[in-house]
Amino acid sequence: MAHKHIDEATGTPTVGHEWDGIEELDTPLPRWWLITFILCIVFAVGYVIFYPAIPLANSATPGTLGWSSRGDLAKEMAADTSRRAPVFKAIAITPLAQLPANPALLAQAIEGGRAAFKVHCVQCHGAGAAGSVGYPNLNDDDWLWGGDLGAIEHTLINGIRNPDYDETRNSQMPAFGEILGNAEIEAVITHVRSLSGLEKPSLAGATVFADNCAACHGENGKGNRDLGAPNIADSIWLYGGDRKTLKHTITYARGGVMPRWNARLNPVTIKMLAAYVHSLGGGEAGPPPVPAEVAEASTRVDE
Amino acid sequence: MDFRILRTAGWSLAALLALAAATQAVDTPFAVHMIIFAVAAALMVVATLNREHKLAVGSISQDLTGYDDDVIRWGVIATTFWGVVGLLAGLLIASQLAFPLLNLDIEYTSFGRLRPLHTSAVIFAFGGNALIATSFYVVQRTCRARLAFGGLARFVFWGYQLFIVLAATGYVMGVTAAREYAEPEWHVDIWLTIVWVAYLAVFVGTLVKRREPHIYVANWFYLSFIITVAMLHLVNNLAVPVSMFGSKSYSAFAGVQDALTQWWYGHNAVGFFLTAGFLAMMYYFVPKQAERPVYSYRLSIMHFWSLIFLYIWAGPHHLHYTALPDWAGTLGMVFSIMLWMPSWGGMINGLMTLNGAWDKIRTDPIIRMMVMALAFYGMSTFEGPMMSIKSVNSLSHYTDWTIGHVHSGALGWNGMITFACMYYLAPRLWNRERLYSLRLINWHFWLATIGIVLYTASMWVAGITQGLMWREYGADGYLVNSFIETVEALHPMYLMRATGGLFYLSGGLIFAFNIAMTIKGRIRIEKPMTETPYDAAADRPLLAQPAE
Repeated sequence: MAHKHIDEATGTPTVGHEWDGIEELDTPLPRWWLITFILCIVFAVGYVIFYPAIPLANSATPGTLGWSSRGDLAKEMAADTSRRAPVFKAIAITPLAQLPANPALLAQAIEGGRAAFKVHCVQCHGAGAAGSVGYPNLNDDDWLWGGDLGAIEHTLINGIRNPDYDETRNSQMPAFGEILGNAEIEAVITHVRSLSGLEKPSLAGATVFADNCAACHGENGKGNRDLGAPNIADSIWLYGGDRKTLKHTITYARGGVMPRWNARLNPVTIKMLAAYVHSLGGGEAGPPPVPAEVAEASTRVDE
Repeated sequence: MDFRILRTAGWSLAALLALAAATQAVDTPFAVHMIIFAVAAALMVVATLNREHKLAVGSISQDLTGYDDDVIRWGVIATTFWGVVGLLAGLLIASQLAFPLLNLDIEYTSFGRLRPLHTSAVIFAFGGNALIATSFYVVQRTCRARLAFGGLARFVFWGYQLFIVLAATGYVMGVTAAREYAEPEWHVDIWLTIVWVAYLAVFVGTLVKRREPHIYVANWFYLSFIITVAMLHLVNNLAVPVSMFGSKSYSAFAGVQDALTQWWYGHNAVGFFLTAGFLAMMYYFVPKQAERPVYSYRLSIMHFWSLIFLYIWAGPHHLHYTALPDWAGTLGMVFSIMLWMPSWGGMINGLMTLNGAWDKIRTDPIIRMMVMALAFYGMSTFEGPMMSIKSVNSLSHYTDWTIGHVHSGALGWNGMITFACMYYLAPRLWNRERLYSLRLINWHFWLATIGIVLYTASMWVAGITQGLMWREYGADGYLVNSFIETVEALHPMYLMRATGGLFYLSGGLIFAFNIAMTIKGRIRIEKPMTETPYDAAADRPLLAQPAE
């Protein structure tokens, strides 16, 4: 047991205990420490008065400021909604086909579309809309179902191959593994690849192609947008243009699915998305304008 | 004699029961775990018989008059080993975040499975072994009494290693309770409970045997750590197993109650495992190494009681802006704010203990490490309350800022203080003249410090970048960034973080080398540095215990 004594280096008395050579000084609490501690407690008490804090039987004290995290969120959302409101209204009453005639509004629609794209579309089509295997690149001018504003909007609204929705864009390539023999499939692969110059043409393949594929993909393989049949002569491959991938495609067929967005997004957002996708680089001009009354009637925008 | 037979029979029975459970297992991981358990129990049988044989033929003898340091020696080795493993796992997953390719497309090496492996390895394997080893060391010295229940202490050590192995293998096999920092499933939780109760018994038993009139402050902290972790572990892991022979269970809580229970546990794991426990280490080893009295006894009382009273309420600050009611968030926040000074009390008491010995920061690399640890402790216990403020949290929540905060505490405080304590212990436990090399500690110190700075700085920048990008609205009122764009923006920061981890791991390897060489009895010939004296003759219980 050590005895109380004055520590030489600090001039502070010790408490008088000792454990394995360790002693303790009887230094008072540092004043700044104590004051700061008390200030923190005062702050805590004040906060408890001003903000929701003390749980009661069925609720809690709301705090004198009336703040709530939910209220905070609602306020921020309301502010942004009202900021966007004029543009939303203008887009809602403007037929999609006439958006290009109003460059300022079009630019705002594209901005809105860009934001919505980042939330809803990037998961499949990528942040840069370049797509990936099985998910089309939206930057190029190679469209499966059409690349003018109306066609893009139609695709967005109704989706592709939604099993429980009649309006959806639909088509199904047969699984040719059940129709063609192995030699025929190999031959037609050669032919398909020859369309984009990857291999030398094959006569046998051309015959198989003409009999089985040309109905949808066209004699020259240029595709058919009414059926969503891809252009297979343009060196752009959705799943891949190597022999192995093509064999899989022809044997088992493909049929990508895209959600119908009318179930999740409002018509204005869909319009903006269409404008955005159209603006990415491959957007096509729409069909010649139709008389105003018809356009009015056919537009899907409603508030 | 009867007790030994009982023990052998008990472990044999345990091995057989585990094998039986393995045959009934409804999933492979459970079977693997039961087999691991059976092997461990069988090894216990062999070890028991072997020891009895050696005692009988007299090739080993028991000296019960000194301190019981075997378990502590094992603990130092285990701490060193698991430390390197944990840091390596950390570096790997940090690299996976920068280069997802490193997930290797194999389920066993995917980030999701290796992340808990890393956190558990560093917190529970590295930190836990350090806590168990130092607590056994400190409680004996400050009570001047030999460890109570020596056999049980050995059980605590090996049982804890078994827990680590079961937890780690479970993670890799995809077994998880999905509770952060408490991922092991119910059967492993039960095992840890048994081990922990034994730990409490050894610790309290030694306190009861003490030859000192008062209980030293380090032991208050150790005891609060052991008791609170027991309570947290039990409540947080309340669950219903799907099958008695399967590794899946469902939590007793649901929804936001479950989330709150998890963070009540999670935050207090930080508070009582990583703060109180490591403060206990600080309270013994800093004054010993500095050879100075503790700065203020009154401060230690004040900050101990305020710390343990306030910490337990702070958990809800992890759930700001969620389904948690606002009042609960307020509770978590105000208690976190009030916690600032109680946390700093430990830092003040540690740093100011150097009063009269400040020159040692220059001359003693172990002291330098301890000072750096306390500095990081101070920084992260300021940062924590700040991040708990709701408006700060609305920016920092879910971002890498949190990761940076955790690592400034974990690498800076827990890591550095543990390394310092191990450096202190190794020559004393193995009776070496001094450490293999004091100068290597310097290398370790600087590598670790650079590593921490790279790590925390990059994560601060990453976190704030992330937070700002997530909430960025353009002039037109639309969100500007997609999630993947924020990930892309962080890539350089992720590289920097992994580099920091590499530095820290390199320091850890030097540490392991230094400890290993010290254990081997090597001494590096080098220019001397100051050394704290050690009197082996005085390092004994106050009154020799009668041999039992």
